[in-house]
Amino acid sequence: MNQDELLRQLYDFTLVGNAPEVLSLTNQGLAMGLGPEMLLYEALIPSLEEVGARFERGDFFVPEMLIAGRAMAGALEVLRPLLAETGAEPIGKIVMGTVKGDVHDIGKNLVNIMFEGAGFEVIDLGVQVSPEKFIDAIKEHKPDIVGFSAFLTTTMPMFKANINALQKAGMREQVIIMVGGAPVTQEYADVVGADGYASDASAAVVRAKELLSQRRALARA
Amino acid sequence: MDTVLRSRSGEVVIGPDSPFCIIGERINPTGRKIFQEQLRRGDLSRIEIDVAQQVAGGAMVLDVNMGAPLADETELMVQAVRLIQGACDLPLCLDSSIIEVLEAGLAAYEGKALVNSITAEDERMDAILPLVKRHGAAVIALPNDEEEIPAEPGRRVELARKIIDVATGKYGIPIEDIVIDPLAMPVGADTSLVLTTLETIALLHEEFGVNMTLGASNVSFGMPERAAIVAAFLPMAIKAGLTSAIVDARSPELVRSVKAADLLLNRDPWGAAWIAAHRAQQAAAAT
Repeated sequence: MNQDELLRQLYDFTLVGNAPEVLSLTNQGLAMGLGPEMLLYEALIPSLEEVGARFERGDFFVPEMLIAGRAMAGALEVLRPLLAETGAEPIGKIVMGTVKGDVHDIGKNLVNIMFEGAGFEVIDLGVQVSPEKFIDAIKEHKPDIVGFSAFLTTTMPMFKANINALQKAGMREQVIIMVGGAPVTQEYADVVGADGYASDASAAVVRAKELLSQRRALARA
Repeated sequence: MDTVLRSRSGEVVIGPDSPFCIIGERINPTGRKIFQEQLRRGDLSRIEIDVAQQVAGGAMVLDVNMGAPLADETELMVQAVRLIQGACDLPLCLDSSIIEVLEAGLAAYEGKALVNSITAEDERMDAILPLVKRHGAAVIALPNDEEEIPAEPGRRVELARKIIDVATGKYGIPIEDIVIDPLAMPVGADTSLVLTTLETIALLHEEFGVNMTLGASNVSFGMPERAAIVAAFLPMAIKAGLTSAIVDARSPELVRSVKAADLLLNRDPWGAAWIAAHRAQQAAAAT
């Protein structure tokens, strides 16, 4: 198998979520002398982006997204230490959680998969995350972005509560705040004072990258 | 054990010897942008259409959720309760996680409502159960707390026991007015989750004999052909002891699966309801 064939197969097997094949092809690629970044950026990430695009179009369904994400995660476990050695930094770091009072996590987990797939480091705090817990995690991990997820109209007001808590702790300006979830709209995100909103997992990654580059440009200026 | 709900002059019984209780779920603005916008403007006209469709589809109780973002949910709930009680004679299930909304809805409601919902969290029980008691309502209870949605059916039963103990012991609410939600989970996220729900239903039935309801469309979340999945799920759940579900009554596939389950499980003597529904359909097709 040559390099192109291997990348093609890695792409195809990630797309269908075949974790054993993805892991074996990743190891084979490394043994052939392909760089971890090439495997990541020329096969795994484009494949997961395609998964996201198909999901968005309604051609792929939740189990298919989850299984592709799992296949990708297996490869990342092998690649992560190698990427660290080459000095490749993650694109950014995001702390994620479903807000207090809300236990829905499928959407949040899909967003996590897309972020990991895009090269972000994701710290997932799970569900029912209190404002205090978000603050502690931001102190500990110093993320670029914090993401609040809510599935219910009745738990959405926790976005505002979280933002208020961050303000009170003097940490509001340290992080980009993104919000999302089934009932959330751009208008609502604006009203509560979030920095970003997206209507689905793929769009969230695109929006996060935009916000990050804006912030970094601002920091350099 | 029978849970009796009342509207102004009507009555619906949820129980193992009654037809399965279909709670229509559509009067809810979640994920409906135009409806949300209308509600923010105080335009309730869409509710009348949704009510008519749910009633025509076979709903026996109507779930009412007025959680439109950036709107006054309390005021909307009061107006919706009055509007719907004027438009039809079905009992209502008042659906909000905001205590003031439930309180205002109960105060406006004429009859015996179903409150949706409490969990095993002490704070929620202590805030909502006194309202349920004062208004003589019934209540849906979810066996999860601030810590977890238990994955183990046995643990869900323990949380249900805690709720039943507090509601009956501390607040004097009769056990028949507690409807447990065994928690329907999406099969698309993990194909073992629905088996857990079915086991929980069987355990709750055996342990307490209580009535149960759940949001049936949850099971098909993220999957294609959702109605077919729910239509297969409901008869299994009914056989295990489920006596009610919150579903979209506009789906003939779902409603028929429930009615067929009633027939097959001997809750439709002589198949009279099944045959009558068939004749009604024939008559409607002929006109």
